Amino acid sequence: MSTRTLVSPAALARPRGKAVYWTVFAGIVVLFALAFLFPVYWMVTGAAKSPDEVARTPPTLVPSHWRLSGYTDAWELMQLPTHLWNTVVQAAGAWLFQLVFCTAAAYALAKLRPAFGKVILGGILATLMVPAQALVVPKYLTVADLPLLHTSLLNDPLAIWLPAVANAFNLYLLKRFFDQIPRDVLEAAEIDGAGRLRTLWSVVLPMSRPVLGVVSIFALVAVWQDFLWPLMVFSDPDKQPISVALVQLSQNIQLTVLIAAMVIASIPMVVLFLVFQRHIIAGISAGSTKG
Amino acid sequence: MTRTVARRPADPIAVRPAPGPPPVAGRRRRRLHDQARAYAFLLGGLLCFALFSWYPAIRAVVIAFQKYTPGSEPEWAGTANFTRVLHDPEFGAAWRNTLTFTLLALLIGFAIPFVLALVLNEIRHAKAFFRVVVYLPVMIPPVVTALLWKWFYDPGTGLANEALRFAHLPTSNWTNGADTALLSLVAVATWANMGGTVLIYLAALQSIPGELYEAAELDGANLWQRVRHVTVPQTRFVILMLMLLQIIATMQVFTEPFVITGGGPEDATVTVLYLIYKYAFLYNDFGGACALSVMLLVLLGLFSALYLRLTRSGEENA
Repeated sequence: MSTRTLVSPAALARPRGKAVYWTVFAGIVVLFALAFLFPVYWMVTGAAKSPDEVARTPPTLVPSHWRLSGYTDAWELMQLPTHLWNTVVQAAGAWLFQLVFCTAAAYALAKLRPAFGKVILGGILATLMVPAQALVVPKYLTVADLPLLHTSLLNDPLAIWLPAVANAFNLYLLKRFFDQIPRDVLEAAEIDGAGRLRTLWSVVLPMSRPVLGVVSIFALVAVWQDFLWPLMVFSDPDKQPISVALVQLSQNIQLTVLIAAMVIASIPMVVLFLVFQRHIIAGISAGSTKG
Repeated sequence: MTRTVARRPADPIAVRPAPGPPPVAGRRRRRLHDQARAYAFLLGGLLCFALFSWYPAIRAVVIAFQKYTPGSEPEWAGTANFTRVLHDPEFGAAWRNTLTFTLLALLIGFAIPFVLALVLNEIRHAKAFFRVVVYLPVMIPPVVTALLWKWFYDPGTGLANEALRFAHLPTSNWTNGADTALLSLVAVATWANMGGTVLIYLAALQSIPGELYEAAELDGANLWQRVRHVTVPQTRFVILMLMLLQIIATMQVFTEPFVITGGGPEDATVTVLYLIYKYAFLYNDFGGACALSVMLLVLLGLFSALYLRLTRSGEENA
C-alpha cells in the first residue's frame, strides 16, 4: 500500500502511532470475530448439540458431545435433497436462460442496430426504476395465467426461469461491455465469412468472459437467495426451493434439526463466495466507480 | 457490410467507388434481412421483459381500479380498492413501520458501515480477511439469517439474552416486545446487508487522492477535520447513491418480518410489502393488493428516478 489515507504513514511509524494502530487492529479483529463469525459458529455448533443442550442456560460454548444426528435428521426428515435439487434446477435454469437471452438481446442492442433499438433500451432501463418486489402481485397473476396461451406456470421452474431473463441490470451490464468491443473486430470476423451467431459465439463471447462471470454470479445468487417470489409461485411442497421449505417446515421441527438444515442451506452460497471471493469483491467494489 | 459503409463515409478505406447505383430493391431486401436477424436475437429477451416487467406494471395500475378475483371477469370498481385499503387499520401501521424501519436502517445501517469502512481503510494488515468476513453474512441466504436471528432473539434460551445475562445487564423481549420488535429487525437487516455497503464505500475511499490529506494536514487539520473536510466531500456522491439504494431496498422489506415476527406483536412489524402479500394471499383481494402496490410503486419510483439521475450525472462528471 503506497497511497496516502486519512492517517499519515509518518504518524503510524511513531511508537505512539504504532501502539494505537495495533490496538485498533486488535479491536477490529475481535469485533469482526464476535459480530460476523461467532453467529455462524453458533449455528454450526448448535446443530451438533443435543436438543437438551441447545435449550440449556447458560449455554455451552462447545458442544459437550458432537452429534451428527441433527444433520442426518435434517437431510432425511426435511427432504433436503429434494429441496436442494429444486433450488439447483431453478438457479441453473435461470442462469442459462439469462445467459442465452440477455446476451443475445444485449448483443443485438449493442451491435445489430435494430429499428426502435433506442426505444427498447429505454423501456428496459425504465424497469430499473420499478423495484421488483412492488410488482410481485401482478407478476404472479401473469404467471398464473399467461396472456394468449392461458396456461399456468405455477409450480413449474419456468416461473423462475423466464422472469429471471427480465433483468435489466444484467442486460445493461452486458450491453455496455459489448458496446466497447471495436467494430473492426466484428467486421474482420464477417469478412472471414462468419455469420452473426458465429461472430457472437467465437469472437464476442470469448472476449466477454469477465462480464459473463459477473452476470453468472449475480444470476445464481439472486435465485438462491430469493424468498418472496418462490413462496408465491410454489405452493406444492415437493417443488419448493430450500428457502421456502425451511420457513414452511420451521414451525414443527426440532430446533437442532432446523439449525442443521439452515447450515446445509448456507453451504453452497458460502462455498461459492469463498471460491470466487476475489471476483465477487472486485465486482462489488467496481460497482461504486462504474455506477 | 453495406450498412457499415453507409454509416462511415469519412473512413477512407470503407468508402469504395461505387460501380453504379446499387439496385434499390436488393438494398431494401438486405436491410429487411438485417432487421429480421437483429430481432431474432432480441426476441427472447424482449418477450420476457414484455410479459414479466412491462405488462405487470400496466396491470398493477389497471387491477388497482378493478374488483379482481382469479377465474372470474374483473369488474371496474373506481377508487373502491383505494378507499378500502386506506380504511384498513393495518394500513397506517404498515406505512409507519416501513418508514420507521427505513429511517432506522438509514441511521444505524448506514452509520455503522460508514465508520467501519473508514477504519478498515486505515488497516494495513489482513485486508482480504476483513473484506471476506464482512461480506460473509450477505452470502448466507436471507431466510437462514432470519431464522438464525429468530433463534437468537428467543427470550428464554436465545443468544441475545444469554449475552446480556453474561454481562449482567437486564434482558430484553427483543422481537416479542411491541416497542423493541422493529428495532430488533433493523439490527438483523443491518447485520445481513452491511457487507455490500462497506465494500462499496471502501472502494470509494481508495479513490481519494492522498495529496488532499497531505495538504489538509499541512494546514493543521486534525483527524476529525480531515474526515469532515476531505473524506466526506470527496465521497459525497457515493454516500448519496448508497443511501438512496438502501432506502429503495428497505422500503421493500418482507423476509425478516414474515419469518421472524409474522408481523406481530400487534402489527408492530407489519410492512407495506407484507400487507400486499396478505391482501393477495390471505384475503384473496387482488384489487386491494394492486392498489397498495401502486402506492408503493409511486413512492419507490420517485427514489429510483432520483438515483438514476444521480448516477447518470455522476457518470458525466467522471
